[in-house]
Amino acid sequence: MTSTETRNVGKIGDSPLRPDGTLKVTGEFAYSSDLWHDDMCWGVTLRSPHPHARIHSIDVSAALATPGVYAVLTHADVPGLNRVGLEHLDQPALAEDVVRYQGEPVALVAADHPETARRAAKRIVVDYEELPALTDPRRALDDDAPLVQPGGNLVRELAIRRGDPAPTAPVVVALDFEVGMQDQAFLGPESGLAVPDGEGGLDLYVATQWLHVDQQQVCRVLDLPPDRARLHLAGVGGAFGGREDLSMHVHACLLAMHTGKPVKMSYSREESFFGHVHRHPAWLRYEFGATEGGRLIYAKADILFDGGAYASSTTAVVGNGGTLGLGPYDIPSVHVDARGVYTNNPPCGAMRGFGCVQAAFAHEALMDELAERVGVDPVEIRALNGMREGDRNITGQLIDSAAPVAELIRTVRDLPLPPPPDDRPDIRDLPGGASNTTHGEGVVRGIGYAVTYKNVGFSEGFDDYSTARVRLEIVGGEPVATVHTAAAEVGQGLITVEQQICRTELGVDRVVVHPKNTMVGSGGSTSASRQTYVTGGAVKAACEAVRESVLALSARRLGVSGLRLDGDKIVSASGEVLAVLAEVLADEAVEETVEWHHRPTYPVDPETGQGDAHVQYAFSAHRAVVDVDVELGLVKVVALDTAQDVGRAINPDAVVGQIQGGSAQGMGLALMEEIVVTDGKVRNPSFTDYLIPTILDMPPMQVKVLEYADPHAPYGVRGVGEPPTISSGPAVAAAIRAATGKALRRVPVRPEHITL
Amino acid sequence: MDFLAPSTWAEALAAKAERPDALPVAGGTDVMVELNFDHRRPDALLDLTRVPELREWAWDDGRIRLGAGVTYARVIAELGDRLPGLAMAARTVGSPQIRNRGTVGGNLGAASPAGDSHPALLAADAVVEIASAARGTREVPVAEFFTGVKRNALAPDELIAAVLVAPPAGPQQFCKIGTRNAMVIAVSAFGFALHPDRKEVGTGVGSAAPTPRRADAAAAFLAGELEAAGLWESRAALPDGLAAEFGRRVRDAAAPIDDVRGTAAYRLHTLSVMARRAATWAWDEHRRAA
Ligand SMILES: Cc1cc2nc3c(=O)[nH]c(=O)nc-3n(C[C@H](O)[C@H](O)[C@H](O)COP(=O)(O)OP(=O)(O)OC[C@H]3O[C@@H](n4cnc5c(N)ncnc54)[C@H](O)[C@@H]3O)c2cc1C
Repeated sequence: MTSTETRNVGKIGDSPLRPDGTLKVTGEFAYSSDLWHDDMCWGVTLRSPHPHARIHSIDVSAALATPGVYAVLTHADVPGLNRVGLEHLDQPALAEDVVRYQGEPVALVAADHPETARRAAKRIVVDYEELPALTDPRRALDDDAPLVQPGGNLVRELAIRRGDPAPTAPVVVALDFEVGMQDQAFLGPESGLAVPDGEGGLDLYVATQWLHVDQQQVCRVLDLPPDRARLHLAGVGGAFGGREDLSMHVHACLLAMHTGKPVKMSYSREESFFGHVHRHPAWLRYEFGATEGGRLIYAKADILFDGGAYASSTTAVVGNGGTLGLGPYDIPSVHVDARGVYTNNPPCGAMRGFGCVQAAFAHEALMDELAERVGVDPVEIRALNGMREGDRNITGQLIDSAAPVAELIRTVRDLPLPPPPDDRPDIRDLPGGASNTTHGEGVVRGIGYAVTYKNVGFSEGFDDYSTARVRLEIVGGEPVATVHTAAAEVGQGLITVEQQICRTELGVDRVVVHPKNTMVGSGGSTSASRQTYVTGGAVKAACEAVRESVLALSARRLGVSGLRLDGDKIVSASGEVLAVLAEVLADEAVEETVEWHHRPTYPVDPETGQGDAHVQYAFSAHRAVVDVDVELGLVKVVALDTAQDVGRAINPDAVVGQIQGGSAQGMGLALMEEIVVTDGKVRNPSFTDYLIPTILDMPPMQVKVLEYADPHAPYGVRGVGEPPTISSGPAVAAAIRAATGKALRRVPVRPEHITL
Repeated sequence: MDFLAPSTWAEALAAKAERPDALPVAGGTDVMVELNFDHRRPDALLDLTRVPELREWAWDDGRIRLGAGVTYARVIAELGDRLPGLAMAARTVGSPQIRNRGTVGGNLGAASPAGDSHPALLAADAVVEIASAARGTREVPVAEFFTGVKRNALAPDELIAAVLVAPPAGPQQFCKIGTRNAMVIAVSAFGFALHPDRKEVGTGVGSAAPTPRRADAAAAFLAGELEAAGLWESRAALPDGLAAEFGRRVRDAAAPIDDVRGTAAYRLHTLSVMARRAATWAWDEHRRAA
């Protein structure tokens, strides 16, 4: 007799091994850059060297004459509408008469070898006339600023007004803050393979975050109906928002349609820096008014996001930066203005934390300043002002599930601290590490705290849903469930979550995850910490529908009603086992497809910014402990501990993995990660000079996972992926301030900010 | 592209004489990056990894003769006590993968102002042994080896055979500034050696001028002060402010630029701090050794 308990490992709450885990660690996982077709040729992109220029002409003849070249394409070869864009169709797939940023795609080449293609691309002669470039977003709305887009340089302006319009307070603190441009720095560069089907359509295999929106965009440019362009998810090497916009998708398809051959495109690391949007740099001016005891009376914020040359998701980033930009605090009176503008800088769009990351650096720095001013410690001032369930946030939305701000911040405070610096330390534990810059001289320890909250899922009235198709059948005498969604697995572990939900709902052991493609309805974007919630919800609902169908079938077959499924047994109302699944199903398959929507959200009021903009909030807190060599400005993060409410941990190991990775990424922005742009040009498009934390920069973490179920969400889950990226950086920045006594109003904090 | 694969040193020199355009490749950690980026497309590559002579180190007339093809990993594992400054520098190079392939000869061949072995070799008064089929070997002090940004004293038919370094008569130090705690190109670097046998001080400054260079005036100042106060003999504590003044003079020897990795002002500042600390540590070690 087999017991169901041992067979059904891998239900929700367990941490079954990921099918891709071992392959990735051993280097055997097939990423999109590994795609291959025996007949394929290679596509490359010619990009603008200028941040702003008029194109007078493009001469492709020399490129076309290069032996081995199959095609050279420009905007003139685009069959459909030459526009792409997530929220605004403002970006040409290939530049027409103007280029608006350095790196904008201008022409494409397909050849028998990538190097042939690259060399041919260099032979394309583009006659540019450089135009004045707008590179300071703070000047974007000036009357004399160069126009980046014909409709003006404002992408979105959001005002939030609540409470007393002219509040006063006995204690007032204010600051200006600046956040540099962070990159997603995913390790798998943009890549994919477009394969013509010989019947006027094609299949595109690509690493992406949202197959269906890519499909829409590809079809619009190629002028194809959706069933002629089928998209398939290839192995994704990280995303973090950088794969929400198109990169090589349309380009490979254009080349494939034109040549009739499969076309592979795979960016180099350098091209990748130009091939995707980045996190918006931001300029933030904040003011808090509080009582003598530190209780907030009002808050004001003025936030400017540099959207770069095209809108991408700037509209939604402004939405988040505004509606969530004062952090998880209860504030009676509020005055927020958030703006996103066009410039001739690299386009910015989605990145993990999406508008909240920038704001958190400012509100957390100011919260520390307030704490110091009123003489309350940094933990208690956050507990004092922290949001609670039942409060209304700054857009007037009721917080209708757990909001454990005080508990989270006190939890991280109470975690054990690392031992104090040693008398004779190992230099590898000191700032600078093996580089041997200190043996303890100049090293000062600092501790910093931060909390955040982040919306989960798409907001402001967006109809956010996912589709799941679940099929149950008997294979080799055993029940097997097959789950098919288009929701992208980008490394976060969604495949495992889909399996766990099927096992839980259907009691089956074996769950096959169908390859992700557009042959099933949209899964929505793998972003906004939403897939476990939304696609998880869809898979759960589809499983429930399958269960109902199986029971209805059983009722018909057995002539009994009131049945339920227990493992693979059909059980009567009185608990008697009447049959096993295999008998009832025989060679019939039960399949159900469900489109599942989360609770609706609503646009905010255009004048006051009030409204139920978001579906769910997720909260986290961090405590950072740093050792700073204050003389050299070098920092060693000694501990980065966190507490986060995840509602319900579907896969506890994956939850901790998300929290560790997100924390590292947030720490990276505080310490080193910045795309340096001067006069519209990127100065460090390489991993030599765009630094991300290594294992020697990232300390071990203590992670406290709280599980306060959200009654409105499937299984009570709360999105996990983004909050750690938001609260970790501000905690690190606060710890460096504590160690150095410097204000440090810009991140990344560079060594020279500390020493000079 | 031709791929020349000599299996002896004589063959390698002959190949280089016949094909002066051939680009030598040792660990390939610089060469392959340049090829991949299409920054360089030599007509021929001269693979030196099969030449056993280059992979050896040995005592040679009172000096260590370090074959050009010895990797950083081996310098760390085998020569930590005999070439301490170089081993400290080697520990800061790249990642384990790079240290397993990258060589000191390759670092000299690339002659980057940011090459990490250079400040250590400068401070230790190392000599580069250069060879050609036509003219045999010649020795060039490392301080004369760097002739410009990423340029060195090699003639087109020459190869680097080895580096010659006297064993340390006193403590050595190497420090490097990077904006993260590993895998980073030096923002600035400093090599230091005490030579109590000849009452001299050795210095090397990295990433702070068009070429790696010594801070000779600072070194002479410190050695002179030690001499004047009889400290070489007494091994007494350094007088207050001496190390700091040495640091300031090291800073004066540099001519850094602002770039994406750091500002000139920060580079100068860090040199003075590193030089002060390195001199203090080395002197303390010298005293303890008594
Ligand atoms: C990820 C990464 C990290 C790195 N980090 C560092 C670092 O932290 N510090 C640092 O200093 N460098 C670093 N480097 C650069 C590189 O590793 C070093 O310069 C290394 O010493 C080069 O040695 P190699 O044997 O790989 O040289 P190769 O790449 O084989 O050659 C380098 C140059 O030297 C020439 N050459 C090689 N051998 C000879 C010879 N015997 N005679 C004449 N010419 C010769 C070659 O023609 C070429 O011009 C890094 C490189 C990478 C890719």
